[in-house]
Amino acid sequence: MSDVLIKKRILKDHLAKLIILAISIIVVVPLVLILGYLIINGLASINLDFITNIPKPVGETGGGILNAILGSGIIILTALILFVPLGIGGGIYVSEFSDTLLSRILRLSIDVLQGTPSIVIGIFTWVICVVPMGRFSALSGSLALGVMVLPIVLKSTEETLKLIPMELREAATALGVPYYRVVLKVVVPAGLKGIASGVLLGTTRISGETAPLLFTAFGNPYMSFNILKPMSSLPLVIYVYATSPYDEWHKLAWGASLILILLVFGINMAARIFFSRRDGR
Amino acid sequence: MNNEVIIDKIFKGSLRAVGLVLLGIPLLLLGVMFFYSLPSIKAFGFRFIVGQTWDPVKGMYGGLPFLVGTLLTSLIALVISFPFSFSTALLLSEYLEGGILANMLKSAIELLAGIPSVIYGFWGLIVLVPLLRKLEMTMGIPPYGVSIFGASIILSIMIIPYASTMSREVMRLVPGDIKEAAYSLGGTHWEVIKRVVIPTSRSGIFAGILLALGRALGETMAVTMIIGNKNQLTFNVFEPGNTMASVIANEFTEASDTLYLSSLIELGLLLFVVTAIINFLGRKIIERYEIKGDDGALLNE
Amino acid sequence: MKESVLFERVILGSTEEAKDIILQLVNLSAYFCESRIVKNINLAIEKNKVTSIMGPSGCGKTTLIRCINRMHEMSPGGTTKGEILLYGKDINNMNAIEVRKKIGMVFQRPNPFPTMTIYENVIAGFILNGIRLPKNIMDEIVEDSLSKAALWDEVKHNLGKRGIYLSGGQQQRLCIARALAMKPDVLLLDEPTSALDPKATAKIEELIVQLKESVTILIVTHNIAQAARVSDNTAFLYLGELVEYEPTKKLFTIPRDKRTEEYLTGKYG
Ligand SMILES: Nc1ncnc2c1ncn2[C@@H]1O[C@H](COP(=O)(O)OP(=O)(O)OP(=O)(O)O)[C@@H](O)[C@H]1O
Ligand SMILES: [Mg+2]
Repeated sequence: MSDVLIKKRILKDHLAKLIILAISIIVVVPLVLILGYLIINGLASINLDFITNIPKPVGETGGGILNAILGSGIIILTALILFVPLGIGGGIYVSEFSDTLLSRILRLSIDVLQGTPSIVIGIFTWVICVVPMGRFSALSGSLALGVMVLPIVLKSTEETLKLIPMELREAATALGVPYYRVVLKVVVPAGLKGIASGVLLGTTRISGETAPLLFTAFGNPYMSFNILKPMSSLPLVIYVYATSPYDEWHKLAWGASLILILLVFGINMAARIFFSRRDGR
Repeated sequence: MNNEVIIDKIFKGSLRAVGLVLLGIPLLLLGVMFFYSLPSIKAFGFRFIVGQTWDPVKGMYGGLPFLVGTLLTSLIALVISFPFSFSTALLLSEYLEGGILANMLKSAIELLAGIPSVIYGFWGLIVLVPLLRKLEMTMGIPPYGVSIFGASIILSIMIIPYASTMSREVMRLVPGDIKEAAYSLGGTHWEVIKRVVIPTSRSGIFAGILLALGRALGETMAVTMIIGNKNQLTFNVFEPGNTMASVIANEFTEASDTLYLSSLIELGLLLFVVTAIINFLGRKIIERYEIKGDDGALLNE
Repeated sequence: MKESVLFERVILGSTEEAKDIILQLVNLSAYFCESRIVKNINLAIEKNKVTSIMGPSGCGKTTLIRCINRMHEMSPGGTTKGEILLYGKDINNMNAIEVRKKIGMVFQRPNPFPTMTIYENVIAGFILNGIRLPKNIMDEIVEDSLSKAALWDEVKHNLGKRGIYLSGGQQQRLCIARALAMKPDVLLLDEPTSALDPKATAKIEELIVQLKESVTILIVTHNIAQAARVSDNTAFLYLGELVEYEPTKKLFTIPRDKRTEEYLTGKYG
């Protein structure tokens, strides 16, 4: 009687494990499908022309996405230049003065910012940049992406600096080193790897963002290096080509997607290598 | 009196200044969104939320179709994704400790989180939508393909990583000694999970679902590309629809008059407020656990 | 009351010869928020002598010496009352940065800067303060400080190596060298050997005795034998109060206070 019961329980145990395993493995299916389509179709359309040319007008075959690759680079780089210092500064502030009222409110509002849908950030930058300038611009796209990268940089800075051992700071202070030098020359350098990996992680996060660029950077079929004018970017061309009815453009979209994903995963990998080294001195 | 003392003061002052500037960004965001929403708020008031007609030609802007569309897609996505995020979390925190399978699954989840939304949308459009169309034909309903249901499926894949990672971290925090106590009473692994692990981490799992919901509500590109962009109130998930985010993405650059623009921005404001509240609740729950380390990184996105 | 009797005895010198006092604590109290950890301490430290501070765990030894180079105020909630006179001038009216250059500190656990080489660690006080010196002067400081810290011979061929690759005892001597490089008047040591093995401990004790020629030393120790071996004077702290302050020999042979006696005979563990 109790023997049967125990057998039943053990059976149930095995069954549960099996079901959980089976369901979990299904998760890999969409990933494999997506990456598979991406690689097969992407490789078919990537060639030298593809990455060295700008798009051809509708109807003509061929053409590339050089302007979008460069545009993405410019927009992202500008965003990083404008907002990474702010994020690091804010991170230093909330970790150094973690109990002040400002720190507590700031943490909360950064959380809010982080959870804000990207399309809303697009509207925000449209209002504060596109409206006053009177036109779409790469700069406004950079502002949008910058606002998105800011919370990631700030938080990773805070988390990293919190882990810097107190002893290090005390060793410097006891040598008569003023506070600002202790922070800038001891604390921040000790956390540099963590901060850098936060920046990289943030970069991967924003490099695939499309929604905030729709009405800021807007897109541009031509080559442009002027950040005060509309500019193309990888996610934007993917969107435009993907939603078009032309097969020719779908091919371009696959190629652009593969390049984008290589970019995102590449930076992500670099960030993870940084991460894994952070704790081992 | 001393140079260093002055520099120290300046240093602290500038850090605080940075803090204040950063604090200003979300406040400014809320401020300008509200300001730009004013024409629409004045014109429609509460009717904006219950109005069923969205017709730019007539200047009628009712947001109900989009509210319903947003809720439908998000909730269906949550329901679909839950078994998967829950199972992977359990598997990774309870059954597999390291090993190839665990690492592969973990990487798969990280990769899913890293794929840009526009690529999800593109893939869905090319692969999923034709499939759905076939399915709808065999079911004998109008084969739109692009539909609320299609958007939900894509969304459900996209949010698995968030709920899964959060639940896994919380499950891992269940103290070993109470699990051991349960084993020593003769529990099987599954019984320990059911009676100890899940109840102990229940609120964390819930928080993970909230955070995933926050993502789903605001997700734009993939949904925009697959949902069909129809401004009509519908509860039939096999019909095209629109969400708040997707209608903004679709129509913002076309919005010619002030009221049109203002109505779209008011939708954005609503979206902002709702996601802020949901994220806030999720974070409040999680704050009670202490999650750190490598896997926390995903949550920090 | 008792403290002030003690105070007068030491300052005015109940013993015959006039003493050369470098550091004087007057009615010093230290707080963590509301709670008073160090209570109304009066203590005069003799120049070029080793003074040890003993007492059971948690009695406030660390807190006390952290007041002396104004590190205590860096701790959350840390405040002090009373005076700390260095050559008769209250350090609380001086610039904290200057105070710390004059009064160096070595911590319980060796804490060399992980990113710096041995060479850079020694002159870390200059590097971090942005003071640039000619190479030959820096070399001189490094050799001089490392020699004083009895580390020179062991590391002179590896000055470019990271400081954290040294053994624990070497690291601690590196930290002493780092403090000595700033040419401090007073050196505070907070249980400098508690993280070290016996051999490394012996080396540091030897070093302390040698060092007192050039610098006044205040050492916190748990180890009664260590206090007896290295120090000239010993202060015994109990629950934040100064119970007894005497020449070491005297305190160890005929403790006046019952609590001191109990501590020395191992009653407090
Ligand atoms: N940061 C702090 N905040 C609040 N109280 C503290 C703090 N640091 C120490 N204390 C308290 O102050 C008292 C004295 O601590 P202190 O570290 O000075 O003792 P100690 O004599 O050095 O002990 P030990 O021999 O163990 O190093 C202890 O009771 C401790 O609980
Ligand atoms: Mg101590």
